Formats: sequence, structure tokens, C-alpha cells
Amino acid sequence: MSWFDRLRDGLNRTRAATFGGGRGAAWEMDWEDLEFALIGADVGAKLAATVVAEAKEERQRGTPFREALEKALLDQLEPDRMRQKLRRVGFNLDVSRNVIEPAGHVVMVVGVNGVGKTTTIAKLGHYYLEHGKSVMFAAGDTFRAAGSAQLAVWGERLGIPTVTGESGADPGAVAFDGASQRKARGTDLLIVDTAGRLHTKHNLMEELKKVKRVIAKADEREPRDVWLVLDAVTGQNGLEQARKFHEAVTLTGVVVTKLDGTAKGGILLPITRELGIPIKFIGVGEGKDDLQPYDAAAFVRALLDMPPVAA
Amino acid sequence: MFQSLGDRLQSVFDGLRGRGRLTEADVKAALREVRVALLEADVNLEVAREFTNRVQEKAIGSDVLMSLQPDQRVIAIVHDELKEVLGGKSVLPTLKSEGNVWLLMGLQGAGKTTTAGKLAYRYKAQGRRVLLVAADTQRPAARDQLRVLGEQIGVPVFEVRDGEAPASSAARLKDHLRKDFRDLVIVDTAGRLQIDDALMDELADLSERVEPSERILVVDAMTGQQSLPVATAFDQRIGVTGLIMSKLDGDARGGAALSAKHVTGKPIYFAGMSEKIDGLEPFHPDRVAGRILGMGDVLTLIEKAKALEGDDEDDDGQMRNLGDFSLQDMLTQMRRIKQMGSFTDVLKLIPGAGKIVPAGTNIDEREIGRVEAIISSMTEAERHTPRILNAARRKRIARGSGTTVQDVNRLINNYEEMRKLMKRMGKRAPRRGARPGLRG
Repeated sequence: MSWFDRLRDGLNRTRAATFGGGRGAAWEMDWEDLEFALIGADVGAKLAATVVAEAKEERQRGTPFREALEKALLDQLEPDRMRQKLRRVGFNLDVSRNVIEPAGHVVMVVGVNGVGKTTTIAKLGHYYLEHGKSVMFAAGDTFRAAGSAQLAVWGERLGIPTVTGESGADPGAVAFDGASQRKARGTDLLIVDTAGRLHTKHNLMEELKKVKRVIAKADEREPRDVWLVLDAVTGQNGLEQARKFHEAVTLTGVVVTKLDGTAKGGILLPITRELGIPIKFIGVGEGKDDLQPYDAAAFVRALLDMPPVAA
Repeated sequence: MFQSLGDRLQSVFDGLRGRGRLTEADVKAALREVRVALLEADVNLEVAREFTNRVQEKAIGSDVLMSLQPDQRVIAIVHDELKEVLGGKSVLPTLKSEGNVWLLMGLQGAGKTTTAGKLAYRYKAQGRRVLLVAADTQRPAARDQLRVLGEQIGVPVFEVRDGEAPASSAARLKDHLRKDFRDLVIVDTAGRLQIDDALMDELADLSERVEPSERILVVDAMTGQQSLPVATAFDQRIGVTGLIMSKLDGDARGGAALSAKHVTGKPIYFAGMSEKIDGLEPFHPDRVAGRILGMGDVLTLIEKAKALEGDDEDDDGQMRNLGDFSLQDMLTQMRRIKQMGSFTDVLKLIPGAGKIVPAGTNIDEREIGRVEAIISSMTEAERHTPRILNAARRKRIARGSGTTVQDVNRLINNYEEMRKLMKRMGKRAPRRGARPGLRG
């Protein structure tokens, strides 16, 4: 089963819930229904109107409905303005990336409470092990009761060494230990967990900045990546979350979890559109293999039940 | 940031002013804005549609069209209707003298375990003998989390074993309760997707076995359009008797509350207002109604202020008249506000503050501490007559408060600005109540 098929399977329920059942080649939807479907997918009222207007325009040029919609959605999901322009003038950029390479050796993972940060880190660890990297964890969630135990259990299951701290310990200290140990051992990748925090809590966001600074102290120029984990059921508040975390620790990517339900993660559109942060992975199931590298083109095509673009 | 519904409606009606009367079409245009505002607050599409239809009936049938301030009237109707849909007044879970079993359920990450701990803490403080049941065998270390929470608050935790069938856990629990009497049992279950049939079956089975007196659905306040299918599925499969909104302390508008309440028709008991163990507050429909509409939460503010009344430590703070506002007054005011909670939180509760304070502004709480230190380093005379603050005095104050002369200068400039503002407000005071209505 190719990863595209798996992605398509994972998005089956999402697709059915968003656009309804049968979609033959001649599939067409009422514009108003489409707008509501997009709002129902948490795209937000404003962007839904934009997507509909663009798809409509494209449709009037004679493009089949599904392709017109694909184009309009892709346009919104392209964080890079340059690439967006290229796409508009007709370049095909849809070459599926198979591996998401982190920029450096340390990835810090942040997010609000309950989005699935720790589970995602476990899946990321598994993913990079599979791709031949040596991996370490730093269990920086020292706030939640048994927060670091959760990651330690995962580390044990996956055979990934995990640096932990006492409950209530300074998360910066755990991150520092992790970063210096990674450097000493020459491990390829360290993934740093942090406690979930609401983006409106000033002090907690300051703490997060400190964790990032401290990592840089142990290992210069790291963490090169800071990824935000976002729950697919999040509504319009997701944009505000991403904005605040971006302001605090400069995000380099977003991982969307729990896309295996009927949630559509439509909030991805405003996030890529307004903040220009790329989506790195999407979680389409509970299994450890169900974290998929994200590719806007493949995502939209799988969502619209179209065959993958030949590489 | 969100534009408040008040502002949206204002702009719709502004275009219509001077035409004398509003037509039915005008009201419909306004209600379209209401619907968009609801959608932006994450109220489910279906619910928003039904809701605006109902408001439309009321608005068109009433004297709104004739009234002088139709925008205010429409907002008032929307607000009242929202409050009504959210449940009117706050309700708490039913509590018998014994045999209370509360089952907590919801999606992964909704906040069930934390809520279980908070509930246990709250009812233990009220003299209940509480038992927590850790039934989440899915997430690694979930039972550890509850066990640690239980230890912190001194509530015993009964743990379900790995892969144990609900029948067996229920039997063991009953056995346990025979030996150790408890009048309130709170069961924390594993998070599950509403479409996961196997897990939903298991939950239904568990629910049948332990015969809960309350089946509470925990909903994340940040949930988007999914709140409706989620609440519907849990209600149909298990039967929801009440709701708890978690993470309402963020800046999510909480439209999910409206959707979940709408489909289940069951009361929202509590709202999670902080990560701390005592951060669970009874749910107030009127306040959340205002929040969904972006109108601020004056009632909570008033309540916080009231709680502080009576402990005015020094009467120096009493302003004799708005014109002479001294540094001492400023300090007292600041301390008072600080007692009400974090400055940023307090600001959020003030209607219209969203407009004055640019989006994303965060007040550095330490800044307030610095101001406090500076003023505290001044002599009585300096506090009342800042004019006498020459360079030498400023240097001394900076040293005394661990700040720099620049900090001191900035504070004095801010103070002067504030004093001027106060003076102007003092002059304007007699023109009171120029615009009645909901917006402050």
C-alpha cells in the first residue's frame, strides 16, 4: 500500500463528511453548498468565500469542477508566495516529498493542551528511526502529572533513549540536558517535548522562549526546528494559537493530529495563508505509522479523491 | 482579531441611518452578520442557521424596526436568545446523599483527566468522600497522571487493569466500594473518536455496568465545527446528562458550547478556567453569550471587584476628585487591579477593550511589578507632588527600586498622561448615560 493510498484511506471519512458521497468525473456541487461545506470544515467564513470565488472563476474558464476546486484549495495551501505565483502561471510543483528532513539536529515541539504532542513525538521518533536516523527524546513536560512518564513509556517501546526530569522540575533544565547529551553522543535527532500551554498565558509563553534559549546554550544554532502540534478538531481559534506561538518561538512547521475522525482540519488554510508556516506532517490514525509527511497537492487530491500526480 | 458582533452590526445599521425606519430586508442583512459572527466563534453551521432564523422571527415580530436604536435592540435580542439557548442560568450536577457515580467522556485531549481531578478536589472540599476511577487504559501513563493528581489532593484512585473487560472492572469497583464507602465516584474514561464503533461500544458497556448517575461529556472550548457530530454521537450512544467546557481560559470564543448544548439539550455544568486544580467554575450562560458575541464579560469583572470590596487597606487611595490623581493613587489602583487576577485577563473582560488595545497586546506583568517598586521607593511627598522629582531624587529612586533613571522617567511621563486623561474625564463626567445599551 503506497503512502498515498494510506493517506487517501485515512482521509476517507473526512472526505465523505465534507463533500458528501459519490464523486464521478462529472461531480459538481452547488456553490453555496460548497461554501457551507468549507465552513463546516473549519476553513472559516472569510476564506471559504475566497476559495469559492476563485473556484468559480476557474470553472467559468471551462475547467472541470473538481480541478477548479483543487486549484483554488491548493492556492490557499501554498505557504510560499513565489511557489504560489509559479503555480498560477502553470508550473507543476506537485512532486511528492517522501521524507521530511529536519533542518538541524533538534526539533522542539509545542502546542496547547491536549492536542497530542507527546503521541506525535512518539510517532515522529518512529518515523525518523525508520528513515535510518538515531533519535533521542527530551521529556520537557514536567508540569502535567506523569507527563514525562508518558513519553518515557513510548521511548521504551520504541527503543529511543529519553531524558527525563523530576515532576515540577524546570523544563529548561531537561531540554538543556537533552541537547548537551545529544551533542556529546552525536545522535542525529533530538525531539524536545514541552508542556501543553494556552497561547494566552503570558508567563508560560515566556517559559517556552526560555526553553528555546537554553537549548541554544547547550547546542549552538539549535533548535533549528520548532513545530506546532494542532488538533484537527480545532476551530477558528487555531489561527490565533499559531500566531501566538509563532510570535513567541518562531515556528518552522505545523503538525496536524487526529485527522482520522470526521474533522477536516480546515483551519490549516488560514494558517498557511496568513502566517506562511508550512505543514510538515498530518496524523491520520492512531497507529505509529499513521503520521504522514504532508504535501499540499497530495493532500488536496486525496481529499478530492483524485489519482496522485505522477512524479 | 475578531471583530465584535456589536461593531459588525453597527456598521450595517450605520449605512441605514437617516432613512427613518428599517425594513425587514435590513434586519435580514443584519442577521447575516450575526450568522457570520457565530460561525467565526465556532458555532456549528446548522446551529447558527437555526438560531438566526429564530432571532429573525422575534426581531421582525417585535417593535425593533420602530425603535430608535435598532442595532442595540437586535444585539439585545441575540444576546438574550443566546443566553436562553445556553441554558438560562447556571446548573450544577445532581448530587444525592450517596451512590453518585459520574462518568466523564469525550474526545482525546478534551481534558477529561484534568477535569476529573478538579471535580474530585471541588467536591472533597465540600465534604464528600470521593473516589477517582482511572479507566483510561489507552494512553500510556494516563492512570499514572490520575494517581499523581489523586495523591496531590488526597483522593484515592481505583485503577482499571490493562485489557480488563468493563464487566470485570465494574464488579471489582462494586467490591471495592463495599469495603471503602464513597458517596461520589468519578470515572475517567479513555478519549475516543465518536466514529470509533469498537471503543464507543466499550464505553456503552462500561456505562451500563457502572450505572452512572451523571454521564458528562467534556468538550474542549477550542473545538470547531466538529462539536456537533461529536456531541450528537455521544448523546445517541451513551446518553449525555450534562456537559463541561474545558480550556475556556484561552481566547477561544467557545461557540462549541452552544452547539453541544443545542444538540444534547443538557445543561453545561462547569467551565475549566485554569490549569490549576481549583480552576473549575460553574458555567454562566449569560457570560459566555457575551463572549461569543465579543462583548466582554462585565459580570465576571464585577464579581472579581466585589470579592475585593471591603479590604481597602488604605484610604489614601480614595480619590478625592478626578483632577488630583497622585502617584499614590496610581499605585493603589494598580494593586487593586492586580488582586483581581492577571492584568491581561482583567483587560479581556472589559467590553470594548478589544478595540482600544491592539490585537495581540500582552501586558508584561513584570512591568507592573517594576512600577510598584519605583513608586514604593519614593517618599510620601514625592508621591503626592511629583513636581519635586529632580535628577538627584530620580537617581536615588532608580537605585532604590533596582531600575534605571529611564524607567523612572517613563513612569512619570505615563503618570502625567494619565493625570491629564483623568482631568478630562472628570470634566466630562456630568454627561452621564448618553447612550444606553449593552456596549460600554
